[in-house]
Amino acid sequence: MDRLYFKDQKDCVNEIASSTAWKGIRLFNGDTKTEYVNETAYLTSSHVYFASVNRPTMNMILDLKYVVLVEEDIGNLLRSSKIILHLAPWNEGHFSRPPVKNLSSFIKLAFSDGKLSHFKQCIQKMLLERSWETVAVQPSILHHVPTTFRSGIVGIERRLQEKVENNSSNINIAFQDMQNLIDMAKDMVQLANVMSNKIKDRQGDISEDETVKFKSYLLSLGIDDPVTRNSCSSNDVFYHQLAKEIASFLLKAISDTGGLMAMSDAYCRVNRARGLELLSPEDFFKACNYMEKLKLPIICRKFDSGVLVLQLQSKTDFLLEKEVSRLLQARDKLTALEVSQEFQISIVLAQERLYFMERNGLICRDDTVRGLVFYPNLFSSSS
Amino acid sequence: MEFSWPWEYDFPPFFTLQPNLDTLRKQLEAWRKLVLDYCRHNKIFVLDVQESISLFQNKAIDRQLSTEGINRVLESLLEYNQIEWCDKAKKQCLVYWKNPQEWGNLIYRYASDKGMTNTVCTFYELTAGDDVQNEEFAGMDQSLLVKALKTLEATNKAEIIMFGGNEGVKFF
Repeated sequence: MDRLYFKDQKDCVNEIASSTAWKGIRLFNGDTKTEYVNETAYLTSSHVYFASVNRPTMNMILDLKYVVLVEEDIGNLLRSSKIILHLAPWNEGHFSRPPVKNLSSFIKLAFSDGKLSHFKQCIQKMLLERSWETVAVQPSILHHVPTTFRSGIVGIERRLQEKVENNSSNINIAFQDMQNLIDMAKDMVQLANVMSNKIKDRQGDISEDETVKFKSYLLSLGIDDPVTRNSCSSNDVFYHQLAKEIASFLLKAISDTGGLMAMSDAYCRVNRARGLELLSPEDFFKACNYMEKLKLPIICRKFDSGVLVLQLQSKTDFLLEKEVSRLLQARDKLTALEVSQEFQISIVLAQERLYFMERNGLICRDDTVRGLVFYPNLFSSSS
Repeated sequence: MEFSWPWEYDFPPFFTLQPNLDTLRKQLEAWRKLVLDYCRHNKIFVLDVQESISLFQNKAIDRQLSTEGINRVLESLLEYNQIEWCDKAKKQCLVYWKNPQEWGNLIYRYASDKGMTNTVCTFYELTAGDDVQNEEFAGMDQSLLVKALKTLEATNKAEIIMFGGNEGVKFF
């Protein structure tokens, strides 16, 4: 704790203004509690500032150069998770410091308002950058000038490597801002929900058309209230809700594509619509497997070749086979390409359909360098 | 008389090995029939695999059976005892559009019709003699003839005899 020091609040205003804030921090000296139980932490590239309503004139500061290691102390039912900051020994003594007994080499921060992992990520990034060490570099230079000039391939490679690293750190910084945007968007979604509820209640005053129009605006943004792990109490419930959401969203799309859609297509569409809270492929797959159990209008099917599709319950195999047979009779022979063009389905699905029918002995194949063509199975019908 | 090719010969999928097992069975059946009919029509007793490629292709529809396909067909014929390999290298085989037993009976009937029982006749007479030109077994391959006669030996209707460098058979 002796590595923290006090500074006048007025001096810190500029640094704090543009940095992210974490509220509800409790400080621990080693494992013991301190009196600092309701701090707001601000993280800059070289310091952590702690401010509190109980101490309006002074801020507590920790220089990041003293932080040797950042760890996460995973909590359990009785204690919450905490961030452990291991600190190096103090070597400057001219600031006033908080009085503590039994100094230990690490402090802990508890986050009663959440965002622990975010803080951990940010502080680790700041430590990596170590921007307090490159004081000599002028702020106008954006690229890191290489200290050794090497000619030849090695020098070029090194410069390329540095460029790549610069790019990636710039991208990371850019996405930092995205997080703020996402937080703001959450508020917007809530606001939109409130508005739509209000509209529902006042149905007499606002006409049906306007309600519909407003709702369609919301829907055109995609899914307005995506199911997230946070919103569900347990994993199972999460998958059930997800399955229902996916089924309702894809119902129209699958009917348009002939009752069958490859799982990769469906995954892309759903994620595009969700916009922000994207699904991982495993979550999507697990949710799809629940669909049959929940008796939703769409089910997940796996063909023998391993292709996964989402299929409308109403479009059974029998109907699809009949359609293809009819086409075959008209054309005498069929390729997968022709089937896909006729029924507006993807080539993969058309192939699956044909293989399926071949396995049932309805058609036979003619395999040449020119391609794979299917004929009606005259072998079985003639004997 | 021109050999009449079966309808399957003009059906492109006939030249592709079918993955569906039931369809494959019917396909191989058709191929076996085609091979036997072709050999019967053209009096082919010994089939050379390399030279018979024309049997397994149809230039009119630009299709031919792959080597794997040909092997499958030959395997199937072997399974049904409709061919027998002449050599271990599997380059030539005897085609049994009649099996040795049927041949044996046919030859015996010919021999007894011509009153050749209790006489000896050479193999040459049986296959290339003037009298036999109208018979089905004219021009028969020697090894097949021996097999046929062996079946007669088993039923004591004939006996193969070696005399003076020639091979002959006595009918009883």
